[in-house]
Amino acid sequence: MSQTLFEKIWSSHIVLEQDNGPSLLYVDRHLIHEVTSPQAFDGLRMNKRMVRRTDLTFATMDHNVPTTDRSLPIVDQISSKQIQVLEKNCKDFGIELFDIHSPNQGIVHVIGPELGMTLPGATIVCGDSHTSTHGAFGALAFGIGTSDVEHVLATQCIWMEKPTTFEIKVEGKRKNPHAVTAKDIILSIIRQIGTAGGTGTVIEYRGETISDLTMEQRMTICNMSIEAGARAGLIAPDEKTFEFLRGKKYVPKNYDELVSYWRENLKSDIGVHFDKSFTLHADKISPQVSWGTNPAMTTDVTGTVPFPEEYSKGNPDEEKAAHKALQYMNLKPGMQITDISLDRIFIGSCTNSRLEDLIEASKIIKGKKISSKVHAMVVPGSQLVKKQAEQLGLDKIFKDAGFEWRESGCSMCLGMNPDILASGERCASTSNRNFEGRQGAGGRTHLVSPIMAAAAALAGHFVDVRELDLN
Amino acid sequence: MESFKKIKSIVTPLDKVNVDTDQIIPKQFLKLVQKTGFGQYLFYDWRFENGTKPREDFVLNSSKYYDSKILLTRDNFGCGSSREHAAWALLDYGFRVVIAPSFADIFYNNCFKNGILPIMLDSQSVEKLFNNSSEIEVDLLHQTITTDDIVIPFEIESHRKKTLLEGLDDIAVTLQYEDKITMYEKSKPKL
Repeated sequence: MSQTLFEKIWSSHIVLEQDNGPSLLYVDRHLIHEVTSPQAFDGLRMNKRMVRRTDLTFATMDHNVPTTDRSLPIVDQISSKQIQVLEKNCKDFGIELFDIHSPNQGIVHVIGPELGMTLPGATIVCGDSHTSTHGAFGALAFGIGTSDVEHVLATQCIWMEKPTTFEIKVEGKRKNPHAVTAKDIILSIIRQIGTAGGTGTVIEYRGETISDLTMEQRMTICNMSIEAGARAGLIAPDEKTFEFLRGKKYVPKNYDELVSYWRENLKSDIGVHFDKSFTLHADKISPQVSWGTNPAMTTDVTGTVPFPEEYSKGNPDEEKAAHKALQYMNLKPGMQITDISLDRIFIGSCTNSRLEDLIEASKIIKGKKISSKVHAMVVPGSQLVKKQAEQLGLDKIFKDAGFEWRESGCSMCLGMNPDILASGERCASTSNRNFEGRQGAGGRTHLVSPIMAAAAALAGHFVDVRELDLN
Repeated sequence: MESFKKIKSIVTPLDKVNVDTDQIIPKQFLKLVQKTGFGQYLFYDWRFENGTKPREDFVLNSSKYYDSKILLTRDNFGCGSSREHAAWALLDYGFRVVIAPSFADIFYNNCFKNGILPIMLDSQSVEKLFNNSSEIEVDLLHQTITTDDIVIPFEIESHRKKTLLEGLDDIAVTLQYEDKITMYEKSKPKL
């Protein structure tokens, strides 16, 4: 019987199957960070349990670490304690940790692929919903809660109901691939299928546009699968995938042998049935800007802030939510998106903080100055990204333009560290969530691509990057 | 984990769609390293103005609902971040049941790990409950919600029901199959 890529990975990881109920799946890689793990380790201690496979478990600190000078002590005592607790837990249980001073420290979903911990066909879990990022490599990767973190530590397995399959096809060529980015593709998808459009499913992204994307762009797409409610998102691996991972620090020694196997096996069979399908055409996608308080509340940069009744398409609950969102965002229906003025610019997060994101953004900035009205910062996704960017001189380009150039971490994507918006501040952000207060209580977030954020930094308001000379 | 059998309480109506876990428990409270004490921060920015003054227009601040153990809400409750702190905060505040037309996957799963019963009902039944102001009884064994006038049946996966009714420890259950895990590990080349 023909199978989807997801079904192939699923069935090859079943430890135990029951007629009625969830399956016990084996986990190939378990990534840990400081915020969702302390209670899991406590649980292990309380029950005198060990970590079953320390060799498949890796930890880093990313969510609450400061992005300022790392030689200075951490001012926030509670953050500092959480970091110390992770250090102690990793030491006590024998887990490899990339700590705040490690050259491999970074956002867990950035370092996984760049260190080769992420592998095609693998099952990967982490106590973080953006674990879906690793699906870009053809891995089955999903976020879990802390109880499941404890469960995986103790058993290297997870109980899971089999999700259904969802094919999202992106067809055709983008007219201007520098201006219309992977971020615009995924925001367009979420805008159309909704924040619960993928609930209960594993999405497989397919089609010519997806094949054309670089690995970094594919990560941006898979990263936001959770914003459509999906359990995971994945893309069949190809030569780009295999080349990206070749030679990375933690890839297995028999890499070439594995690649031969992956090349033959890790794809959905021709003509296979998906439970759900959705198609969009790349040439119809414009640069996207979110206007509301969830990622589906998004529109074209050339558009206007919608009227709630128009946005909600007759759903009274959604209409009410749109009214509330506009009130929170302090926006009026009918207003041009390009008339929205900004206070802050954030380029970073597990969605858009990789080298390519920074290169693309820097092209816009080079030799220019940011608007005097905005405060702008770049937070590279990892120490490695930071180092590579500095070797290319990107730090200088950003700093000369007036950006702050920071150390790596999650930073203002969720504002657990000191990088937050003040109440009422409006931010163009390359992150993934525009929920109320996400970047700081009362802060207003507009989700955009790195190049849109960079252009907005110069102008002080949103601009259609298709009008800029990007070559 | 505390088992769940039956609960009688008035219902706190939270009339919002897409309530994300950032609203249920904002990020500044994720720095704690234990599972308890999160209730005081539940829906923090909706409950308090500037972190201190209770907002009169927020439903949890109405004294009528102080002892409520059942939260009633709209579609896609618990979307966004995987933070289990959202479930811990609801539980610590006193909620043992959340009723909605649909839930986000990770949140739904996290509830069962903490003795919270999330119930998915069709939109019409949810509407009826929004219009009901008296106490209701949620009976897990018989899978029923009983109001003064009606009995609404609900669905739940049998294994989840068993876990809640018996307050089972997932890990202990899994470790009974340790030989199967070892067998799996031996049968596969290490990745």
